[in-house]
Amino acid sequence: MQPFTTHTGLVAPLDRVNVDTDQIIPKQFLKTIKRTGLREGLFYDWRKRKDGSQDPDFFLNQPRYKHASILLTRDNFGCGSSREHAPWALLDQGFRSVIAPSFADIFYNNCFQNGILPVVLKADEVQALFKGASREGCQLTVDLAAQTVTAPDGTAYRFDIDPLRKDCLYKGLDAIGLSLQHASAIAAYEKRRLSDAPWLFTDLAR
Amino acid sequence: MAAQTLFEKIWDAHIVHTEPDGTTLLYVDRQLVHEVTSPQAFESLKLAGRKPRRPGATLAVPDHNVPTTDRKLGIADPVSAKQIQTLEENCRDFGITIFGMNDTRQGIVHVIGPEQGFTLPGMTIVCGDSHTSTHGAFGALAFGIGTSEVEHVLATQCLIQTRPRTMEIRVDGKLSDRCSAKDVILAIIGRIGTAGGTGYVIEYTGSVIRGLTMEGRMTLCNMSIEAGARAGMVAPDEKTAAYIKGRPMAPAGDLFDRAVKAWRDLPTDPGAKYDLTVELNAEQIAPQVTWGTSPGMVTGVDGKVPDPKAMPDEKSRKATERALEYMGLTPNTPMTQINIDKVFIGSCTNSRIEDLRLAASFAKGKQVAKNVHAMVVPGSGLVKHQAEQEGLDKIFRDAGFEWREAGCSMCLAMNADVLQPGERCASTSNRNFEGRQGAGGRTHLVSPIMAVAAAVEGHFVDIRNWN
Repeated sequence: MQPFTTHTGLVAPLDRVNVDTDQIIPKQFLKTIKRTGLREGLFYDWRKRKDGSQDPDFFLNQPRYKHASILLTRDNFGCGSSREHAPWALLDQGFRSVIAPSFADIFYNNCFQNGILPVVLKADEVQALFKGASREGCQLTVDLAAQTVTAPDGTAYRFDIDPLRKDCLYKGLDAIGLSLQHASAIAAYEKRRLSDAPWLFTDLAR
Repeated sequence: MAAQTLFEKIWDAHIVHTEPDGTTLLYVDRQLVHEVTSPQAFESLKLAGRKPRRPGATLAVPDHNVPTTDRKLGIADPVSAKQIQTLEENCRDFGITIFGMNDTRQGIVHVIGPEQGFTLPGMTIVCGDSHTSTHGAFGALAFGIGTSEVEHVLATQCLIQTRPRTMEIRVDGKLSDRCSAKDVILAIIGRIGTAGGTGYVIEYTGSVIRGLTMEGRMTLCNMSIEAGARAGMVAPDEKTAAYIKGRPMAPAGDLFDRAVKAWRDLPTDPGAKYDLTVELNAEQIAPQVTWGTSPGMVTGVDGKVPDPKAMPDEKSRKATERALEYMGLTPNTPMTQINIDKVFIGSCTNSRIEDLRLAASFAKGKQVAKNVHAMVVPGSGLVKHQAEQEGLDKIFRDAGFEWREAGCSMCLAMNADVLQPGERCASTSNRNFEGRQGAGGRTHLVSPIMAVAAAVEGHFVDIRNWN
């Protein structure tokens, strides 16, 4: 996984609440057996008008946001389906960070597995960033170590993050490798549980 | 020992290790796997040279992509076929039990877990699918995860988790006999909102919940994720044990008796504290119909399409305007005046035998309206078989419903069962998101009997006054 230390990039605003993962990447793109190449599915239905042509008003169709790497959006982003294809598609498009007042839990988790930093800011702070983002070429700096998002006018907004999540993302650690460091604790747990609750260990034989 | 909630008891019993910041390495008892969210997990496992820690703790089934028409014909879409073939190969390579597409036990992953007795009280259960919350109906801690975490559980039988907060949702009072668990959960989501449960595990309590059957409890817990909660739970009781007894993968004999004894200690202790409690009076719950593009956009069938002008703030006004435009609805239209084109009875929310029995009892002797296309998709091959033994398929067919093979089908339209742009559907599934059932399709979520009545009348009707 690509580490996330500090990132400065163009911000793209998506002014909608409750953006669900079905919108981020519709079902027809979930038939893949790969993690890559999903950018063509990103916001697929929203990119098009009713007649099937590209909607020039949708932000991803505008040349000014072509190289955006920070997505600014509203409450409850990533709700619904657990599909990790959502962060895969965002990453494939070039997004390294998503800023919103709140995220759905599974999407939030999935971001950390893929080197994307989801940042939760207060609603009024997000509103201030939306105002700034309307200016062409607006760039933000997201600093994971300092836990800040810095706007072009120098205002720095502080965000919270769990220490372990921060450390893993900052160093790009393999989460499975981390858990496997506790292999003996896992084995000891299983031994104890097998004796206390053996019905949990009636494993399926093929 | 301090009084504990059901959630706290299960959580504490699964802690393998705790980091200084409170992050927990949580043991996972069971994992369910389907074809859509697993291929990349198996691929990474292979690339890293890792093996599943307990292949026997995992059960796999293809459900999202499977056709609901004649399976002998195979899968027309080569991309869908490849995904299902990949699941079969991965299960073979890693020693994981799979119910293949032509196995009678095949079905929707959240239907077959409980049906097989794979889902048990007190367990931690995960699946790369947000509706894993369904299994909480048994007093298990069950939640959806992403593909990277599917791989994590395969490799370690554990997950790195932060402890969620607890929410009690208590539903007391008398529920109309024509309202069901589906109406209760839609009313709950309408009340707390689609993000109301974010960061929480919900425990459903109260006389109405205790009165629900196991299948009703599954419907209820299934849609916890639609309220933003990763997990919903109901304390196990005698109904739970009776449901599990004798199922193929459930413990048997002395082991079953020992398990039942342990399950009796799981319910929340008197005096245990939740972080938040929400109370609902069942008498105020009418049959529910969604009008918008998020499950929280819901009202009683005796209500009207809302007027954005009456919304208290700009955010909800904008979201409502957008939803009504997508749905092709006019503000203040009575819900009973909305005409429909399609009816879908199925999904992990409402495709179990009890749902089909109840739906059939209302469909009996009726006819689907001429301009409506209606289909029934059982949740599993075994549900289908049972329904056919009871003659339910004949009732549905005689009434003009199509009777299909088991799978996720039109809940998310990954197979050939898709809404056309602009088509309006009364659906017993769980999500009314834009394009969920097909690009441009318009979904109204309802209970199975509301779906039957809508199919017959061609528009929504108040099932409480329908014969």
